Amino acid sequence: MRQHAGTAPVATPTFPSDRPPYVTVESLSFGYGDRMILSDLDLVFRRGDVVALMGGSGSGKTTILRLISAQLKPTTGRVHVDGQDVHALDRQGLYALRKRMGMLFQFGALFTDMSVFDNVAFALREHSDLSDAMIRDLVLMKLDAVGLRGASKLMPSEVSGGMARRVALARATALDPPLLMYDEPFAGLDPISLGTVAHLIRRLNDALGATTILVTHDVAETFAIVDYAYMIGKGRLIAGGTPAELRASTDPQVHQFLHGERDGPVPFHYPGPSIAEDLAG
Amino acid sequence: MNRALDLIATLGAATLAWLVGVGHATGFFFRLCGQSLLALRRPRLIVEQVFFIGNYSLSIIMVSGLFVGFVLGLQGYYTLDRYGSSEALGMLVALSLVRELGPVITALLFAGRAGTSLTAGIGLMKAGEQLAAMEMMAVDPMARVLAPRFVAALICMPLLAALFSAVGIIGGWLVGVQMVGIDAGAFWSQMQGGVDIWSDIGNGVIKSIVFGFICGFLALYIGFEAKPTPEGVSRATTRTVVVSSLAVLGSDFLLTALMYGRI
Repeated sequence: MRQHAGTAPVATPTFPSDRPPYVTVESLSFGYGDRMILSDLDLVFRRGDVVALMGGSGSGKTTILRLISAQLKPTTGRVHVDGQDVHALDRQGLYALRKRMGMLFQFGALFTDMSVFDNVAFALREHSDLSDAMIRDLVLMKLDAVGLRGASKLMPSEVSGGMARRVALARATALDPPLLMYDEPFAGLDPISLGTVAHLIRRLNDALGATTILVTHDVAETFAIVDYAYMIGKGRLIAGGTPAELRASTDPQVHQFLHGERDGPVPFHYPGPSIAEDLAG
Repeated sequence: MNRALDLIATLGAATLAWLVGVGHATGFFFRLCGQSLLALRRPRLIVEQVFFIGNYSLSIIMVSGLFVGFVLGLQGYYTLDRYGSSEALGMLVALSLVRELGPVITALLFAGRAGTSLTAGIGLMKAGEQLAAMEMMAVDPMARVLAPRFVAALICMPLLAALFSAVGIIGGWLVGVQMVGIDAGAFWSQMQGGVDIWSDIGNGVIKSIVFGFICGFLALYIGFEAKPTPEGVSRATTRTVVVSSLAVLGSDFLLTALMYGRI
């Protein structure tokens, strides 16, 4: 794993500066009506890095991915990918950019009317003039990398949730994109698959020279493979740093999240009256 | 005074929401039509959908056509026999089917069988983030998923309506000629003489193409706009049947008035 220039895990983190940025998020805010999901976020994802976006459920991590990929439009702020303002692009420009992005959705989002093989082959067939034989070889290599070459003829309904996620991983990398985004890639995986997939994400990133953004809750596996991590809470940036820096953090929110503590600045219970009041009717 | 202002504000908001909805649907329709022309470059996708929509609707269309033909044969015979003109049964059955019942009942059955299937399929793809995944792979779901289905609906509807009418005529013949004993020569010759290829069959075909437009568009639009939840997809599926059926019956009246009426 590469080391970054020293970055203290502080409320407004400085960013590692030894690589050119590939994705930059500037003053990003997003909300539905009056309900703000993200507020004034500044993030940098540098070329060649694997960067994690971590935080509790509902903290807005997936929304950040959707804003970076222009599936959502921000209320304020800008997102640049490879120098292009993604929200200023027309449909054609956006599609051209998306050909250079790969995204693993939270629940896989496999096409249920296509086999595992056809799912992985989909983007290759749509965007390349490769022969069937060439596509077959590429797809089998992608599936082999996630350990599912033998499952190529199965339908998505015939594979487990964890396997579906691995197929989706193979599909996301089909075009060897320079930007890879993974939304909860470790959820539902057994320990063997989890370790394998985590290291596969790292290897793929290094082999492609890509930039990887990883949305996850899984602290141990994530810290084993990432160069840098941002922590998001209630739509705001809490901290950013290398795994070692975050582990050493004395910030109570970072500490509570990394150690999975019930008591801390982030309440376990949704706001409401006390249980005594509720039970008393 | 305040209550009146509230009422006006509510009405205004509802009208604005309706206009936004109409504008959105119109934009969707024109984009769908544009992508449908482009979809002709990929006939394999259309053939797959013609098989899915047409082939799977075939049994319900043919069985329904046969029973409608039986009923038309019986009811027509009882009525015509009162006036001593039971030989005109063939013409009555054929005209009823090719002008009205063939296109209309086929469209209603299509909305219930293929339309719901299209809506649920698109709605579930949306709920399962498959459409979003396609967008992320720089593939337009409108071009790849919706347009081939729309073109297939346009192709299938007139074919299914023709089959419905043909099977219905056979049903009328079975009841009229085989059961009741009307002369077969009179049955077929009255039909041949009374049915005009352009004003009757041609208008029936035009109606079924219009119904294909309506049912295909509504099924796809409602599915595409469905809330991505099980409840949302379920509601959308029901809505497709209700809205499509009403739209078919309403437009049938307009088309009939335009084609045969003097209003």
